[in-house]
Amino acid sequence: MLREFKQSLLIALWFVFLTFPLMVVRVNTIENVVVWRWANILWVAIGAFVLSYCWRYMLARRQRQSKKAEEGIDTRGPLQAALDNVQLRNRAMAVLLALAVIFPLVFDTYQTSIMVTALIFVVLGLGLNIGVGLAGLLDLGYVAFFGVGAYTYAILNANFDLGFWIVLPIGGVLGCLFGVVLGFPILRLRGDYLAIVTLGFGMIFKVVMENWETLSRGPSGIANIDRPGLFGLEMTLAQSTVYIYYIMIALVILTIIVTNRLKNSRVGRAWIALREDEIACVAMGIDMARTKLSAYALGAFWAGMVGVLFAAKTTFINPAGFTFMQSAIILSIVVLGGMGSILGVILGAFILVLLPEYLRAFSEYRMLVFGAAMTLMMIFRPQGLISNLRQIYQYKGSKDSTAHDG
Amino acid sequence: MTDKKHKLLEVKGLTMDFGGLRAVDSVSLAVHEGEIAALIGPNGAGKTTFFNCITGIYTPTSGDILLHPKGLSTRRLNGLKPNKVTEMGLARTFQNVRLFPGMTVLENVMIGRHCRTHSGIFRSIIRNRSVREEEQETVESSYRLLEKVGLEKFVNEFARNLPYGAQRRLEIARALATDPFLLLLDEPAAGMNPYETSELDQLISRISEEEQIAILLIEHDMKLVMKISNPIYVMEYGKKIAQGSPLEIRDNPKVIEAYLGEEVDA
Repeated sequence: MLREFKQSLLIALWFVFLTFPLMVVRVNTIENVVVWRWANILWVAIGAFVLSYCWRYMLARRQRQSKKAEEGIDTRGPLQAALDNVQLRNRAMAVLLALAVIFPLVFDTYQTSIMVTALIFVVLGLGLNIGVGLAGLLDLGYVAFFGVGAYTYAILNANFDLGFWIVLPIGGVLGCLFGVVLGFPILRLRGDYLAIVTLGFGMIFKVVMENWETLSRGPSGIANIDRPGLFGLEMTLAQSTVYIYYIMIALVILTIIVTNRLKNSRVGRAWIALREDEIACVAMGIDMARTKLSAYALGAFWAGMVGVLFAAKTTFINPAGFTFMQSAIILSIVVLGGMGSILGVILGAFILVLLPEYLRAFSEYRMLVFGAAMTLMMIFRPQGLISNLRQIYQYKGSKDSTAHDG
Repeated sequence: MTDKKHKLLEVKGLTMDFGGLRAVDSVSLAVHEGEIAALIGPNGAGKTTFFNCITGIYTPTSGDILLHPKGLSTRRLNGLKPNKVTEMGLARTFQNVRLFPGMTVLENVMIGRHCRTHSGIFRSIIRNRSVREEEQETVESSYRLLEKVGLEKFVNEFARNLPYGAQRRLEIARALATDPFLLLLDEPAAGMNPYETSELDQLISRISEEEQIAILLIEHDMKLVMKISNPIYVMEYGKKIAQGSPLEIRDNPKVIEAYLGEEVDA
């Protein structure tokens, strides 16, 4: 007890020392005086003291959990346990769907528009989840595929006057194609090298779009992109936003169904096996090239599709919208939510997109909080918010048919 | 003996160089139907490299690896990708266990069925009747294999949580799931206690008899090798130095020298 108290006291002192120049000393350059803000010391000390107690408690808790897990005791939290219950899950999904449907009727255009952004990131997260979460292929340039989709619509719309619904599948297919194009040279790469090449790919996309003036109109971007049409109906901005919102909901549902089915299929198992051990994977008869390429292509497909929608929503795009920062955020969504877990990724997208939106007051500290949250997450919950739901198999077996069911 | 039985695998003058190092030096051997052949030799003799050449992980510098599946035409395996080799009916295990640690025991075996099943991306998305049936068939046959190697009680456990001996057996089950006619086992008994080893030799004999699968194994446990395998091939410094029945090998002066070291006259 006393030892812990002493330790926390030392930590508090250390933080006071570290933050002294920033928190206490302020040089007023106009009047040439130094202002000493001694009260701040107190706050830092109290904060550090309390936090160190929290920190210790969390560490102890994690240790207890891992010990329990080793002994084979169920360590799932109440949320995870509830999710494993199929009936409860179905009901929760029905409620969520109903809420999603009435959302734009209850809230205003601004809220709906934010929600569309969040949903765009849900689809992006789910797409990246195929590559990163399932197949274990780190991709730091994922936003390039998003950009491919957006530019496909912008260019085709500006030059050939093609509509949203025609370009939507084209964007997906082009994203897919670029996924394969990126996939080929990096078939043999793993880990760090893979990350660097994908990072480069993301950069290349942006640089090309900035400089290929005839195609992309350079850094000034493409404006006046058509919003999605509905049988030639004239729509106000508010109506159009609601319309886009419903398209997005449909797209999210489609993505969830498709990725979920793929995850629990022969193809999905091959992706997971590739993540777990590449050499064993090929030795068991899995075609590595095909499996990797399909993971990239499918991941890129969703980014391409949703890119088209993004362009239609904002009606203006330029290369500055497709930076590494975006890739990093999408990757954070996947990591924070839980790699491989569809539900986790959805939750991660909402947290990372909506929180900064509603906490505009603290926008200066956004990146600070973001970084701290990620660090804490990696220490205390490396598997993400919601870990992967396991598929349950039914089997009869040859010896006794009843004992193993369920 | 060799004339009667069908020759399944024939390796002629296999050589593998790593830069200036010749790891395998014109080694020839053959595995016949129903055989449990063993490849032994001191550490670093090139046994695992030899395996890696056959299974396509390395492309050999020279030599021929010929596969004669029963009722099918002969295929040359040199330079084929590992997954093609496996598809042709040659399955392997690894010296240092290479399971998929984050997948369940059942899923590990189901991966082995991958090359014998066909559902692609689009059919997996549609998930029609034939896909569902194929999935169920995969689950059932994988479970039966687990029963065969005695791991059914671990079925939903993560592979990384299995005891070591069970991991070894799971690797064999996973290899069997690919429907091989020839099974290559790389030190299956490494790190096992005597009880586990005796269970393993029963398992290997059973696979050979019941499943009609020929086996080629690398092993250091002489008791196991002498008990179940015939013929035995001995390698040292990348070269094959002897071959024959267990009795012949036991008394072969070259083999004794390789294992016990040359006597130095003072």
